[in-house]
Amino acid sequence: MVLKAGEKARIAKQFIEAIPFSKALGMRLDDIGDGRAVISMPWSEDLVGDPRSGVIHGGAVSALMDTCGGAAVMSHPEAPAGTATIDLRIDYMRPATPGERIVARAECYNITRSVGFVRASAFDADEARPVATAAGAFTVERPQEDKA
Amino acid sequence: MSRARPEPVQVVKERRDRALDLLVQGVPYTRFMGIGFDRRGDELTALLHFDEKLIGNPFLPALHGGAIASFLEVTAIVGLSWQSLWDEIESGRVAPEDLTPETMPRLPKTIDFTVDYLRSGLPRDAYARARVNRSGRRYASVHVEAWQDNRARPCAQATGHFLTPRHGAGQGAGPDSEAHDG
Repeated sequence: MVLKAGEKARIAKQFIEAIPFSKALGMRLDDIGDGRAVISMPWSEDLVGDPRSGVIHGGAVSALMDTCGGAAVMSHPEAPAGTATIDLRIDYMRPATPGERIVARAECYNITRSVGFVRASAFDADEARPVATAAGAFTVERPQEDKA
Repeated sequence: MSRARPEPVQVVKERRDRALDLLVQGVPYTRFMGIGFDRRGDELTALLHFDEKLIGNPFLPALHGGAIASFLEVTAIVGLSWQSLWDEIESGRVAPEDLTPETMPRLPKTIDFTVDYLRSGLPRDAYARARVNRSGRRYASVHVEAWQDNRARPCAQATGHFLTPRHGAGQGAGPDSEAHDG
């Protein structure tokens, strides 16, 4: 089944914003399509990792990168039916500024029958200096009729 | 010289549990995730209490990869901090009754963190232990393993590198505020 790009993006948005953990962290899908995704997450008291500075915990940034990476794979034109993270490495460049929304951009830059390769970066209001970058591999689940 | 008489068990336990409690409860994200720590001597086991909000795939269902990554990173940071806090307290350099959220040692900062997802996380409690493989004056390397029903079948593992806080003085902003002096 081939869906129009707009329709596919609408379904993806619904799907991703319905994921319980992404919802709990307040994630919002800002853009998706052609193996790319943009997902953002607001600063929240619950996500703080260092109470003295108010900086968000690295784990919450990882969760944002993971969700965004998975969304990028799902939106690839080769249309995997689903995906799961195989591995994900995050490099933390600097603490995210407390109170600012974090925006993650992920790109599935290569896809094989079984694996989607992703890189991602995250920014706060300062768009010149990334808060974190990530690289990961994701599984490519094929639709049922595709299976041998 | 005769050996000092050992302290009563309750005194020892209270001191250690109080320090651990300050370390864990002081971090809002740890509370939000529902992560607790079980202590046996100096060994910690982290517990991720299952909650519906941790789900990433409602159809399987399975825990969110980001929830597992968060659990592993919290375990690594607490494990690394606990190791130095333990030394400070047990050596008598820090009096535990003087510890408050304001005087707790600064937490290590994550430089990088790599997670391997080995099995999908089932919708139930998970456990994790951290092993500090190297802890130097500035950098530390920590490995973490998480499992659910079966200790021998981990659901995820991770390795992270951390910038360790300096004693006494407050730390800079992050890795990029550090001089690279080799």
